[in-house]
Amino acid sequence: MSVDLATVRRIAHLARISVSEAEAPYLQSEINAILSFVEELSAVDVEGVEPMTSVLPMRMKKRADEITDGFIPEKVLANAPAREDGFFVVPKVIE
Amino acid sequence: MTDLTRLTLAEARDKLAAREISAVELNQCFVDAIARATSLNAFIVETPEKALAQARASDEKIAKGEARPLEGIPLGIKDLYATEGVQTTAASHILEGFIPPYESAVTANLWRDGATMLGKLNLDEFAMGSSNETSYFGPVVSPWRRKAADGRISDAKIVPGGSSGGSAAAVAARLCLGATATDTGGSIRQPAAFTGTVGIKPTYGRCSRWGVVAFASSLDQAGPIAKTVRDAAILLRSMAGHDPRDTTSVDVPVPDYEQAVDASIRGKVIGIPREYRLDGLSEEIVALWEQGIAWLREAGAEIRDISLPHTRHALPAYYIVAPAEASSNLARYDGVRYGLRRTGKDIADLYEKTRAEGFGKEVRRRIMIGTYVLSAGYYDAYYLRAQKIRTLIKRDFDLAYASGVDAILTPATPSPAFALGEKGSADPVEMYLNDVFTVTVNMAGLPGLVVPGGLSADGLPLGLQLIGRPFEEETLFSLGQALERAAPAILLPESWWH
Repeated sequence: MSVDLATVRRIAHLARISVSEAEAPYLQSEINAILSFVEELSAVDVEGVEPMTSVLPMRMKKRADEITDGFIPEKVLANAPAREDGFFVVPKVIE
Repeated sequence: MTDLTRLTLAEARDKLAAREISAVELNQCFVDAIARATSLNAFIVETPEKALAQARASDEKIAKGEARPLEGIPLGIKDLYATEGVQTTAASHILEGFIPPYESAVTANLWRDGATMLGKLNLDEFAMGSSNETSYFGPVVSPWRRKAADGRISDAKIVPGGSSGGSAAAVAARLCLGATATDTGGSIRQPAAFTGTVGIKPTYGRCSRWGVVAFASSLDQAGPIAKTVRDAAILLRSMAGHDPRDTTSVDVPVPDYEQAVDASIRGKVIGIPREYRLDGLSEEIVALWEQGIAWLREAGAEIRDISLPHTRHALPAYYIVAPAEASSNLARYDGVRYGLRRTGKDIADLYEKTRAEGFGKEVRRRIMIGTYVLSAGYYDAYYLRAQKIRTLIKRDFDLAYASGVDAILTPATPSPAFALGEKGSADPVEMYLNDVFTVTVNMAGLPGLVVPGGLSADGLPLGLQLIGRPFEEETLFSLGQALERAAPAILLPESWWH
């Protein structure tokens, strides 16, 4: 399988990474090089094989549904590029 | 006075305990060595004041007879581990200036045991790379240089490997007594092999991933890089342990790995997988492997040919699984909560501009591959299929171990270290092939230890890899020590970087 330029732009948008017109063809050829490298996997017989969900036979640990953390707004906001009155600031989302 | 940076971690520990040296004296030597080694670019942030303050506290502990296992031992920390109050970047522009308000579980364990922190070590951006050339803060230069047959030393800059290139270079250049590293596809073992150092990727779940910047969560594992097998064993004992904050952290007791270092390997069964004999594998790598087999046989191990038939599919399957998980993990870098922010006309534009500028080329490429293989219509053909192949790879190892094999011996890398800019600029796959011998181990969640085995024709280190059963790191340390004892001493390079 290989991707065309329109697909590169679609993936870039899904990944929320802007890609310039000049950059897109290079990305396309690099992505296609990787896709052709992984192409051989389509010939492997995986009939009846379970997909791996955990490398070790372990049960996912669960914890009690209770509040164990919080009340640290200063720490949460300490690295924010823009903040105001204890909130993160983003561009207007709703007109 | 002797140069304290030449001590091994174990020697320094013993001298501190015997009060032959002080922790401040020891740490000062490393602080000075780091200040003279800026041309290697191994550190992103140096924290000399912190190391010396911790060393003063260590000297007080030692004076009171309360020394802990790593009391006063100066370490470098890969800049993928969150360190409270000290910039943590994953070598990415998108995290430049990020100061974590928390400490990673593994580094907290090291400080609990008395270690000191010299600084944050350079790496490939988000641990994606095999040469340390993708760092936003510039490449790390290996202390090793090529030596021609006539003995002339080339001044071509050599890569230390990656992604833990700063960790490996810092240990090899004697800028710390040991370093933390992480390994998703070979990022501890390949740089250890390239720099003549020892590195272990423990069993998945052995060390907590809490507070380590995530790349591919089902593959990532923390481990040490050190000068000797014993030093790696000492460090792993402190780094490992159960942590309820990481759901994949395993609640099994941590053995005293150092005890295993001197254990006999007589009667251990060593598997030699025929599929690792790749077409076109260089003669010097084949010779090194044969030599390793001979050393273990002479030490009393039984050598047995084995088959791991799905080996060749591991690397392509890895390049689906790892980018898929990365694309999900790296979705958090949005320019809102921390890190870089570029303003846009709306929120989507802000995300797209921030991520385009904040992530480097290799990271953008992997996020896009991951996004593609997880997108509607492609998930089954790529991601699900790769996870099935992973089951087959794991089954190969399970069958070998069930037949009585204790550990597996392979080369660590298909070649010695290369020069900066020499690989992967035209085709990313060329760089990916570095991990051909290491990536299977992550896919199966197994422990893998790399020890130096010899030198290449151009005088660069070559490593051997031992792969173990889950949670049998002790066997690896015993076998690794046997190799270390048998191999010619790999003398770390003398400084040309002052």
